[in-house]
Amino acid sequence: MSKEMTVAKKEPFVRMIKRDSISRGKEWGIRLLAVLLSLIVAAVVIVAITKQNPLQVYLGIVDGAVGTNRRAWVTIRETVVLLCIAIGLTPAFKMKFWNIGAEGQILMGGTATAALMIYAGDTMPNWLLLIVIFIASAAAGMVWGLIPAIFKAKFNTNETLFTLMLNYVAMQLVTFCIVFWENPAGSNTVGIIGAAGQKGWFPQVFGNAYGLNVILVAVLTVGIYIYMKYSKHGYEIAVVGESQNTARYAGINVGKVIIRTMMLSGAICGFAGSLIVSGASHTISTSTAGGRGFTAIIVAWMSKFNPFAMILVSAFLVFMQQGSIQIASQFGLNENASDIITGILLFFLIGCEFFINYRLEFRKSRKA
Amino acid sequence: MKKILSMLLVMGLSVSMLAGCGAEGETDTAENNGTATVGTESGEATAASDIKVGIMYIGDENEGYTAAHMAGIDAMMENLGLSEAQVIEKTVVPEDESCYDAAVDLAEQGCNIIFGNSFGYETYMMQAAGEYPDVEFCHATGYQAASSGLANMHNYFTAVYESRYVSGVVAGLKLNEMIADGTITEAEAKMGYVGAFPYAEVISGFTSFYLGAKSVCPSVTMEVQYTNSWADMSGEAEIASKLIDDGCVLISQHADTTGAPSACEEKGVPCVGYNVDMTSVAPDCALTSASINWAPYYTYAVECVMKGEAIATDWCQGYAEGADKITDLNTAVVAEGTSEKVAEVEAALKDGSLHVFDTTTFTVNGSSLEDLIAQGGDYEKYGAYVSDGYFHESELASAPAFDLVIDGITSVTE
Repeated sequence: MSKEMTVAKKEPFVRMIKRDSISRGKEWGIRLLAVLLSLIVAAVVIVAITKQNPLQVYLGIVDGAVGTNRRAWVTIRETVVLLCIAIGLTPAFKMKFWNIGAEGQILMGGTATAALMIYAGDTMPNWLLLIVIFIASAAAGMVWGLIPAIFKAKFNTNETLFTLMLNYVAMQLVTFCIVFWENPAGSNTVGIIGAAGQKGWFPQVFGNAYGLNVILVAVLTVGIYIYMKYSKHGYEIAVVGESQNTARYAGINVGKVIIRTMMLSGAICGFAGSLIVSGASHTISTSTAGGRGFTAIIVAWMSKFNPFAMILVSAFLVFMQQGSIQIASQFGLNENASDIITGILLFFLIGCEFFINYRLEFRKSRKA
Repeated sequence: MKKILSMLLVMGLSVSMLAGCGAEGETDTAENNGTATVGTESGEATAASDIKVGIMYIGDENEGYTAAHMAGIDAMMENLGLSEAQVIEKTVVPEDESCYDAAVDLAEQGCNIIFGNSFGYETYMMQAAGEYPDVEFCHATGYQAASSGLANMHNYFTAVYESRYVSGVVAGLKLNEMIADGTITEAEAKMGYVGAFPYAEVISGFTSFYLGAKSVCPSVTMEVQYTNSWADMSGEAEIASKLIDDGCVLISQHADTTGAPSACEEKGVPCVGYNVDMTSVAPDCALTSASINWAPYYTYAVECVMKGEAIATDWCQGYAEGADKITDLNTAVVAEGTSEKVAEVEAALKDGSLHVFDTTTFTVNGSSLEDLIAQGGDYEKYGAYVSDGYFHESELASAPAFDLVIDGITSVTE
């Protein structure tokens, strides 16, 4: 900043300059600053509504997210689901294939899981059933990812619209299945599947109901990190993402890479469906994906597709979400309060990317 | 080096944050567990100051059904002298796994008794009830408590069909007035009903409403259509308009919003609401609303926990006990002589001389219910309910059981 500059007469007050590079420390510093700023703005909003001491409100958030052992595990459970979806989206987005169809892929995986829990619950031991569930849910998600990939590779259709539309198809399929599975009849909900025998439910690991969720997603996270960073496939994905022409010139079969990558992406999202249905909710509804397919896009982008950064980002988002459920009930707000807080957070977190990519140069005051 | 250092700092910060919270959380749990065990040692009384009540609502204060429950909880707190801090309310809890999370969270916060007010909560509450045997779980409108085998799972409902019957009488008198005016002919006395879901609770409700109207206006018919949602403002308004276009001259509802009354006000069609007084949105059209007073149950159930007594597995009371009522008649709209007739019907319901589901007042496919039961087949299961000339609604279990569509009613299910 000490660099001397000749100041032109009509120098604008502030100029945006694209940064050539930015140090990792500065980059994360800006993000941290954004988080702090968002917390302050959220506090101001909360105080305006509730007239409570903001510190108390934040204690309420912390209490809601990790205040009890149980709540901490719910936060962890939700975090790993969000992380799993973000991991699933990573290969596709790295390839610049805008897969906004994770919702649908999750729902298809969830539906396959629910179907197996309902129809195959008594036919095999639980460990075998779970393996079948994993394969089937991944396959269901894979098909949902494969369809737009084939059309993209063969006919160059717009994958953004295609994957988005498939979300609604998946939602209708779930609604259709609920007609057959609803319990009790007429309620339009499926209720808890297999409450009696816990067939198809994740078993307890280390005495915790959600232990297996964490282990599975941890393995997946490391796996995708290695796949993206060190495998030939991962390299091909990066090249196709940078420039399809370069990829073709280098002898990469672009269509094949697109199809293969979307199969992987869809399969992981489908697996996330089984993680939700078998590992947490034990039910299926159109709200099973619950918008997480979209939130995960933000997680993946903000983390610059680094799986380990995704852990932090998804944990932070879920932490705030769970926390705001608590402050809603504590201070008599409704569920929109949590949406407002999450909205403020995302605004700042996404907004700060601007300051990472650009720097502002202010007009120097002219010295006498 | 700088990079790594700052990364470490960020990570360290978040870890310490989490660790701090974790530690705090543990003490919190210990405390909560403490109260929970003290509060629910089986059969022992709990002091009023140690009671903690949790409630899960499907909606919030803007939604009539939940508003009625909130009023009941407030009355209970007043009756028993509980403070605000002893009642934890969770609003807009969806009918999915979030319900289980919410129920367990309330139990962890040390609630001795947890209520849930929506039909779809049942399986989730049963799962939570299995995991927290020391906490009482009470589920409104459900029917599986008795068969669940869980001593701490309970169902409750009120004989709301009685309030619906009385509101039906009000509607019938209004139709009579319209016939006398010459606005409609006797054959045109057709009511419309905006239902939520096509199952027993709703069917029982519209049948009693219809029977109430028919008791004073014999030529009345009714058309029922469903929104497939408990609270869908625009959907309810749309169905109400559709029913009016189909020739319905009076609208009632078993859905939770003000959608239908608003549509009626727009078209100038009289209507009967549910849960709350609808005159605020339909001052020129709302006659009255069938309503439930939940205070007796909430007071009863919490008092049971305080005294260490068992809560009834199935609880259902009606007009006689003050658990059901209709909201104040909108004197500007109701027919002349309505309040006298209503008083007469209410008295008959209270002293037991009038039964809503009197089998002599309706037929199914042209034959009486007794004859159908005698024929056997699909109708045999109703045998357990019918005796002494009426269908014993909500006596075997608190949830409504009458799910037959009787003659005079057209039910449109898609």
